[in-house]
Amino acid sequence: MATSSEAIGVLGIPAEEALRPRRHWTRSALRMARQNPLGTFGLAIIIFLAVVAVFAPVIAPYDVGEYTAGQPREDMSWAHPFGTDDIGRDMFSRVVFGARISMGVAFLSVLAGTAIALVLGITSGYVGGALDNFMQRTVDTVLAFPQLLFLLILATILGPSFQTVVFAIAIGIVAPVTRIIRGAVLSERNNQYVEAARALGATTPRILFIHIAPNVVALAIIIATTLLGLAILAEASLSFLGLGIPVPNPSWGTDINRARNALPFHLPWVFFPGLAITLTVLAFNLLGDTLRDLLDPRLRGRL
Amino acid sequence: MRAYIIRRLISGVVILFILSIVTFLLLRVVAGDSADLLCGLACDEEGIEQFREKLGLNDPYFPISLTGEPPFVEFSRDNQYTTWIKDLLTGNLGSAAINQKPLIDTMQQRLPVTVELLIITVIFTVAVGVPFGVISALYRNSFSDYIVRVTAVLGLALPSFWVATLVIYFPSQWWSYSPPFGGMISFVDDPWGNLRQFVPPAAVLALASAAGIMRLTRSSLLEVMRTDYIRTARSKGLQDRTVISRHALKNSMIPVITVLGLQVAGLLGGSVIIEFIFGLPGIGLLLYESLLRRDYQVVQSMTLYIGAAVILMNLLVDISYAWLDPRIRYS
Repeated sequence: MATSSEAIGVLGIPAEEALRPRRHWTRSALRMARQNPLGTFGLAIIIFLAVVAVFAPVIAPYDVGEYTAGQPREDMSWAHPFGTDDIGRDMFSRVVFGARISMGVAFLSVLAGTAIALVLGITSGYVGGALDNFMQRTVDTVLAFPQLLFLLILATILGPSFQTVVFAIAIGIVAPVTRIIRGAVLSERNNQYVEAARALGATTPRILFIHIAPNVVALAIIIATTLLGLAILAEASLSFLGLGIPVPNPSWGTDINRARNALPFHLPWVFFPGLAITLTVLAFNLLGDTLRDLLDPRLRGRL
Repeated sequence: MRAYIIRRLISGVVILFILSIVTFLLLRVVAGDSADLLCGLACDEEGIEQFREKLGLNDPYFPISLTGEPPFVEFSRDNQYTTWIKDLLTGNLGSAAINQKPLIDTMQQRLPVTVELLIITVIFTVAVGVPFGVISALYRNSFSDYIVRVTAVLGLALPSFWVATLVIYFPSQWWSYSPPFGGMISFVDDPWGNLRQFVPPAAVLALASAAGIMRLTRSSLLEVMRTDYIRTARSKGLQDRTVISRHALKNSMIPVITVLGLQVAGLLGGSVIIEFIFGLPGIGLLLYESLLRRDYQVVQSMTLYIGAAVILMNLLVDISYAWLDPRIRYS
C-alpha cells in the first residue's frame, strides 16, 4: 500500500487507480472484504452453511431419524448441544441436516425462478406490443395477490413435498422478477449500443443475448441473492404451516411446528431451528445488500 | 385524474377476471373436487354423489366447452364458472361445504379481526419504523445509526412464526401469563382484553414491515438531504431543525407511504401465520382452515375477495401518491 500511494499518477488518474489491475486478485478480494465487513460476514456464514449442508453426514453425530440418540426432551449438553426432541432425536443433527433442505430449496427455486423470469422479462421487454401487454397483465394478476397465500394454495393443491415447495416458490418468484427485468430491458434497448448493433445487421436473438442480457444479469444476481433469503423464509413458513416439507424430514420449519404442538413446551427444540433460519436469512440479506451497493448503487433503497 | 381512476378501475376488473379464471382452473380443474373428503366418513358412494349434485360439481366447468363431435362447441347455462361469478356479484359468496353456513356471514364475523390486526400492525410499523429511520439518517454512521441498521437487518431475517412462538412461551414460563386465545374480544365490550389479544400478534407481525420502513425512511431521507433545494434552504440560513422538519421530512415520506400501502398485501399473507399461532379467528385463519379441509369453494371465493382488496389498496396508494407529490400527474 505504501509504495503504491507514493507512486505518481499517470494522465491524472490517481496512482492507486492506475495500479489496481496489476494487483493479485486475492489482494483486491481482501480489500473488498475489509471495506464491506457486513457483506463478508454474510458470505462467510453462507459458505459455512454450504459446507455444513454438503458434509452433513460427517458433521452430524447421529442420524436424523435415530430416536434412540438420547432421552426425550433432553436439555442442552455436550452429548446433545441442541437438546433432543420428544422422541429422543438429536436436535443438533437435525438442524445440521436441515441446512441441506433449506439451502437446497432456496438455491433450486431461486435459480429456476430467476432463469425463467430472465427469459420472460427479456422477451416481454424487447418484443413489446401485444405479447408484452398480455405478459404484464398476467404479472399484475399474480402480484394482485399476497405471495404467501399464493404459495399456500399452490402447496395445498400439489400436496406437501420437496418438489412442491421448490416449484411453488419458483413460480412465486417469476412474476415480480419478470417485472423488474422487463423494466431494465426497456431502458437498455433504447441505448445507442443496441442501435449500433442493429445497424450492423445483428439479429434479434444476438442483440438480446449478446448485447442486452449481460447488462441485465448483474441486476438478476442482486435480486437472486436477496430472494435466497426470502425463499428460505418462505420454505420455513410453508413447512411450519404443515404444507411444506413433510414430517419425518428435518426441515427447520417443520421441526418448529412439531415442537410448538407437542406440549409441554421444550425450549431448545424450538429455539435452535429458528436460530438457524434467522442466521441463514440474515447472511443472505447482508450479502444481498452488499452486492447491490457494489454492483449497482442506483438500486440503494429500492429493493 | 378521474379518467385515470376510471382506467385503473377497468384494468382492475380485467385483472380480477384473469384471477378468477386462474383460481377457478387451479382449484376446480387441477385440484379436482374434494366432495369425498368434505362429505365426511359418514357418506357412502351415493351420498357423495348427492353432495356433488347439490354443490353443482357435476355441471360443466365453463359456459362454452369443446366436444369431440360437430359443431365442436357446446353451450351450457348451468355451468360452474358463471354460477360462481353470479354468486360472487350478488354477494352470495357461496357457503362453506363443511357446515353449509353462508360464507358471507362467516366473512362478516372474521373480517373485523383481520382489519383490527392490520390496523394495529400498520400503527406499530409507522411508529417504530419512521422515527428510527429518521434518527438513523440524521446521525448517519454514528453508533445509533449502526444499532438501528443492524436491528433492521435482523428484523427482516427473523421468521415471524418463531418469534410468535417465543413471545407466547416466555411470558407463560416467567409470569404464567398468556394472551387470551380463541374467539374475539370486542373492543367495545372489553377494551383492555381486546388490546391484550391484539397487541402481541400485531407487534410480531410488524417486525419485518417496521424493519423495511426503517431502512426505506433512512435511504429516502438521505437521498432528499442531498438535493439542491435542501442546500438552498440551508444556505439561506434556516436552522437544521426547520430544514429537516419543513422540507426534507415531508418529501422523504412519499416513497415510505407508497411502500406502506404495498406492504398491506404482504401483511395479509403474514396474518395467516400470526392468526394461526395466536388463535385469532380472522380471514387468514379462515383461509388456512379451508385449505386444510380442502374446501376449495371457500378458498376460491376468498381469493377473489382478497385480490379485489389488494387491487383497491394499490389504487388508493397511487392516488395518494399524486396527492402527496403534486409533480406527479396521471393522465
